[in-house]
Amino acid sequence: MRMTGADIIIKALRDHGVEIVFGYPGGAVLPIYDAIFKQNDIRHILVRQEGGAVHAAEGYARSTGKVGVALVTSGPGATNAVTGLTDALLDSIPLVCLSGQVPTHLIGNDAFQECDTTGITRPCTKHNYLVKNTEDLARVIHEAFHIAANGRPGPVVIDVPKDVQLNEGSYIAPSMVEFPHYQPKTVGEDGLIARAVEIMADAERPIFYTGGGVINSGARASAALRKLLKLTGYPVTSTLMGLGAVPSNDPQYLGMVGMHGSYESNLAMYHCDVMINIGARFDDRVTGKLSEFSPKSKKIHVDIDASSINKTVAVDIPVIGDAGTVLEQMLKAWQAKNHKPDKQALDKWWAQINQWRAKKCFGYRKSDTVIKPQYALERLRELTRDRDVYFTTEVGQHQMWAAQFLDLQEPHHWMTSGGLGTMGYGLPAAIGTQLAHPGSLVVDIAGEASIMMNIQEISTAVQHRLPIKVFILNNQWMGMVRQWQELIHGGRYSHSYTAALPDFVKLAEAFGGVGLRAEKPADLDGVIADMLKTDRPTLVDVCVDEKENCFPMIPGGRAHYEILLGPDQDISSATPDEGLVLV
Amino acid sequence: MTNFSDPTHQRHVFSVLVSDEPGVLARVIGLFSGRGYNIESLAVANVDAEAGLSRITIVSTGTPMILEQIEAQLNRIVPVRKVVDITREGPTIERETALVKVKGDGPQRMEALKVAEAAGAVSRDASPEAFVFEITGTPGGIDGFVGLMRPLGLIEVVRSGVLGLSRGAKSA
Repeated sequence: MRMTGADIIIKALRDHGVEIVFGYPGGAVLPIYDAIFKQNDIRHILVRQEGGAVHAAEGYARSTGKVGVALVTSGPGATNAVTGLTDALLDSIPLVCLSGQVPTHLIGNDAFQECDTTGITRPCTKHNYLVKNTEDLARVIHEAFHIAANGRPGPVVIDVPKDVQLNEGSYIAPSMVEFPHYQPKTVGEDGLIARAVEIMADAERPIFYTGGGVINSGARASAALRKLLKLTGYPVTSTLMGLGAVPSNDPQYLGMVGMHGSYESNLAMYHCDVMINIGARFDDRVTGKLSEFSPKSKKIHVDIDASSINKTVAVDIPVIGDAGTVLEQMLKAWQAKNHKPDKQALDKWWAQINQWRAKKCFGYRKSDTVIKPQYALERLRELTRDRDVYFTTEVGQHQMWAAQFLDLQEPHHWMTSGGLGTMGYGLPAAIGTQLAHPGSLVVDIAGEASIMMNIQEISTAVQHRLPIKVFILNNQWMGMVRQWQELIHGGRYSHSYTAALPDFVKLAEAFGGVGLRAEKPADLDGVIADMLKTDRPTLVDVCVDEKENCFPMIPGGRAHYEILLGPDQDISSATPDEGLVLV
Repeated sequence: MTNFSDPTHQRHVFSVLVSDEPGVLARVIGLFSGRGYNIESLAVANVDAEAGLSRITIVSTGTPMILEQIEAQLNRIVPVRKVVDITREGPTIERETALVKVKGDGPQRMEALKVAEAAGAVSRDASPEAFVFEITGTPGGIDGFVGLMRPLGLIEVVRSGVLGLSRGAKSA
């Protein structure tokens, strides 16, 4: 079938089941926009900046498990997409990003809106293409979807020069394209699984440490994990990216692990004798001081990406495979051998964990006069308990409090920028999530600094009638920066105060949305109720305690057992000198 | 970041088979610079025009953990078909070719020619003022030859980079 490159793109997207494309037009993508104009199958969501398009595609992908699609023009369109692509690479989010390029005869001439897109995006994508011939276009798009979604998911860029969009070429269906050279291993090696399960059965102080890989693997992975937890009775902790795989209120769940994770999860990671890592990558935010990371444990590591194995932490049993498949294999192996956990040892371990739990590490000083950010999140949690709610976040203190205080019951309901830590992620991600789940409640937990980074996307939500809620914990500071300056830099608050904040209520109204404000603890429930009543995009300005810090905290360069519980502890010497260099 | 004083650092030769497509070398090199791995030597050429395959031979140094990471990271690159750490696989054969230009006259010129012959180098260009010698050998052997030529009027050296294969019938 002969058709123009632009039509090939539309047909290929349709054949991959793409319903929504997030994008922004420009000179080098006009033929594609013309093809979009002439059809009704694929909905285009016009964003306000290309960075918003990529984050929205991330939110869509993360909340559905499907590949998200963005469309940007050449030059600044592509460079604006770079942050989102890097974000997707670090958090393993499947994306296909189509970018326009100047016509092939102008490439390399410093033409208007030309940049070396494949060169710029090479280190921030899983793979990228420059398509120089319309005949290659269909095959490349099919490959891109295959690569984005298989193995460890990630972003793929397809750079399409304008003449390639206008020229004719033949279309081939996805089923006609084979991928002999990219078939990642999904099934774990049986021998390794048998050994892993034996080590698990012999454990006296076990812990499951689960990550984003469980979410990426799909609902089936979470289901298998929950079964395995029930069967073993072992405690489980999760990374920031893995939240929702296990319900937050499951008695075996110890809360999030890492720098702002729970006291009990961090101490259990330190003292365990067997660690079962499923789809997490021993990130520095989790391990703390590497030389003192879980020194007494045998480590089992399940990951689909062989390069995650032994990258920072040497492990005993590496299993390369898909989290869901391997968890199911583990379940089978456990049952086949009729393994039973060591009841006596496990009781003792739980007794120890319960002692740590009794510290109630997420406690905070309540107040009648000023809204504590933790209290605001507790009220939001309680008042949305019976709703199908998806949370996105920006980056900073509010993000950590959200991870600590919200109630996540299912995978794919928590969209946050974990690896890259991108302020400005949450609002566009909420837009993508809301489009994927039109009937659900979508709340972006934000800070007043983060929200300003992509505030223009409120306009996108208004245009497309997306009833997203932005819940701003407004303390007037870049809270996490201020916290580090307080703890580590002698209270010299260099440029972490925003002196000229907008009036968020008026701002919301100016965009055509709804603005609400809570100033006192007594206002909160009413304001949240109003927020839930409206079916329009809403900004909620929650004026919270300026001075509140996020605890527990493992300062940079410290080990898990050196976790600080709260402001009453001596924090002046929180970070050792060698920790100052850490971020 | 070669650090030979660190006894945990080892020198390994990686043989990387890649699809011969635009940007593939940039992906491989970018991986090394982006992750802070060392490239001591690099040699690239098409090895199978029909199948569209090139082979990249990279010599790198690092701790065993870093060398394992290099192999795993190379395998993540989509157009990379196969990565073999031939140093780890067993005995290898490593060869490198150099062209060495030596300028001089009188007894120094005669001495250069004598030393070159003894080292197994071949004169590929002889003019009244200079020779260009070609020598093929181990990287260390070439280092030695270049060292000998230095006092005899060495003015320019170009080296191919190390090529490596495993010994015996096994294919990498």
